Amino acid sequence: MTLIAEVEETLKRIQAHRGVVATMVVNAEGIPIRTTLDNSTTVQYAGLLHQLTMKARSTVRDIDPQNDLTFLRIRSKKHEIMVAPVLKTANPF
Amino acid sequence: MQTYVSTEAGEGVDEWAAAKTLVKPPDQLELTEAELKEEFTRILTANNPHAPQNIVRYSFKKRTYKPISYVDQMAVHFSLNGNMILKDSDEGRRQKIRLSTAVGSHCSIFLQAAGEEEAEESGTAEVAEAAEAEEPPPPRVKEQKLANQFNFIERASGTLNNPMRWEIYDAYVEELQKIERSKEKEKTKAQIAKREEEKKKGRKLTSLESQSDDITKISKAAKIMERMVNQNTFDDIAQDFKYFEDASDEYRDQQGTLLPLWKFQYDKTKRLAVTAISWNPKYKDLFAVGYGSYDFMKQGQGMLLLYTMKNPSFPEYVFSSESGIMCLDFHHDHPYLVAVGFYDGNVAIYNLKKATSQPSYKSSAKSGKHTEPVWQVKWQKDDMDNNLNFFSISSDGRIVSWTLVKNELVHTDVIKLSVEGTTMQGPEGLQLQTLGCGTSFDFHKKIDYLFLVGTEEGKIYKCSKCYSSQFLDVFEAHHMAVDSVSWNPYHLKVFISCSSDWTVKIWDHTVKTPMFIYDLNSAVGDVAWSPYSSTVFAAVTTDGKAHVFDLSINKYEALCTQLVVAKKKNKITHIQFNPVYPIVIIGDERGHVTSLKLSPNLRRMPKEKKGQEVKKGPEVEIAKLDKLLNLVREPESKAEK
Repeated sequence: MTLIAEVEETLKRIQAHRGVVATMVVNAEGIPIRTTLDNSTTVQYAGLLHQLTMKARSTVRDIDPQNDLTFLRIRSKKHEIMVAPVLKTANPF
Repeated sequence: MQTYVSTEAGEGVDEWAAAKTLVKPPDQLELTEAELKEEFTRILTANNPHAPQNIVRYSFKKRTYKPISYVDQMAVHFSLNGNMILKDSDEGRRQKIRLSTAVGSHCSIFLQAAGEEEAEESGTAEVAEAAEAEEPPPPRVKEQKLANQFNFIERASGTLNNPMRWEIYDAYVEELQKIERSKEKEKTKAQIAKREEEKKKGRKLTSLESQSDDITKISKAAKIMERMVNQNTFDDIAQDFKYFEDASDEYRDQQGTLLPLWKFQYDKTKRLAVTAISWNPKYKDLFAVGYGSYDFMKQGQGMLLLYTMKNPSFPEYVFSSESGIMCLDFHHDHPYLVAVGFYDGNVAIYNLKKATSQPSYKSSAKSGKHTEPVWQVKWQKDDMDNNLNFFSISSDGRIVSWTLVKNELVHTDVIKLSVEGTTMQGPEGLQLQTLGCGTSFDFHKKIDYLFLVGTEEGKIYKCSKCYSSQFLDVFEAHHMAVDSVSWNPYHLKVFISCSSDWTVKIWDHTVKTPMFIYDLNSAVGDVAWSPYSSTVFAAVTTDGKAHVFDLSINKYEALCTQLVVAKKKNKITHIQFNPVYPIVIIGDERGHVTSLKLSPNLRRMPKEKKGQEVKKGPEVEIAKLDKLLNLVREPESKAEK
């Protein structure tokens, strides 16, 4: 399968998974490129989470520049938000 | 002048209209109208108003006092005496010398008074010179600070944010990579193209803003996200897998249980049976499942799926084939190569590194494929030309060695399983031989040429790779087809076999009769030794039960007999132990793979003596049982206390 088709399928599967409310894909500037939510909520989430992820990543890297953020999870009373950033440095998967 | 407004308290409406009278201070000048309109001019000059305008000087020439035309108009408002000295003046030079020689071990104290005597000056200068001559030129106080993009701060261009440490690191890493790349350019150009492509995927989007928002960049992130979502959904199973140890085993009197964990299924394999399972030698959470059909009448397509325990809902790799897959094997050194045997007699090699869903190499009718289903394949060590090779066994009675030579599969018949006493005289004096049907084989771990073959007639042949026409030994093992044979991972002489005649038998290959026989009340589909103990093995039967035995604890009965598959119509086909984790995976006829965790009672390790791993039972204990059980030797360990 081509890479694009595989990625699209993976996203579809995640969205169809039990308990998943919404999924969103955001590019490096914080602009959402794919979403399953309505526009205003998407923009709000994208902006807030982008800032938080940047802050978290700069925290991790300031402590040790060779380190990098691989995953971010925010658990709240009602939901859990999970963020998987795209790594800049080559990472053996 | 102060003015204030006073209002008379009176009629409400007209209050605001009440007259306002100006109040003047008493000493204000009273001027007439004309005088008020008079204009006064003021001129601003640069003259000092305090400077005298009538300074006179006595002129000796004219012998009178003469007024000076020009008077100094400068007015000094503020003056402060500073303490800065010109660098090149005497005093400045003296100070410089003093500072530079102050570092030295001995220091001569120079007087720092503003007015210095001449005598001292010359004296100190000499001392300074002497000091200089003694010591090597003193180290420069500070090297010229090089300005680079990170620490050059000019007041006009300074911004609030100091650059982050990791941005600096990133910049340096990029520089390094650029240098490396320029070095590589001299070698091959094709390689560079690949590397640059890979780097592009990982680079920040801002640098490639012209490109569209390519969604392929998130492939790894999407994979991680899927696994995390699965972990959340199956959180309790993941916790059980990692941490749960059944405490009730203590009260269960040596019986153990199997705790069901994840269940792996894929909708396209619902109608197919699991025909082979194998764990990957490198990644201990990855396993391959082959799908096909055991039913002669209902042959369809086959599939090869690779699952990881980290993602129970969807396989990592999916391959489909025209014919059902009957067996598979991972290469030990190249864990991305999978050898597969098909129902139509073909064999193939799948390369997981390549993205295609087709096998990399496949046999064909021309290249000597089997004429019957291939029941087992096993990789061997690379041959002398460093070519990959593997063996396959099939019901057509041939054991074939396949070698990968120059991207093609070349076959060599190793052994033909001829059944003794059945050579017949054919027409024109030909000797016909009926061939037995091989159903399983296993190679010895240490002795390279030695291997065992199980056949449909129930016999087990001990063979050698060197002798192609004769067997080393024959065991009359079972009454029906031998489904699986397997050498013990520790003991060099013991192997186990299972068959559809409901029995599992343990043998010593030097003895013709089995050591142990277990009757499991149903056809046994598969048997497997555990990797952590030489006395533990598990067997699965077609009535859906899994049996786990530990010979060191109980020689006659299973420690655990558990119904694994819910529906009675379902049969279990295969079982495999995970090499590191205490779990087993079991495949059934409906295309499901279930993972189960072994309870502590099934994993009991006898105390090892001096860290010995290979367990060989003491002969004395065995001899006692030998007399009871047909002079059989028990190859298990017992801690000598």
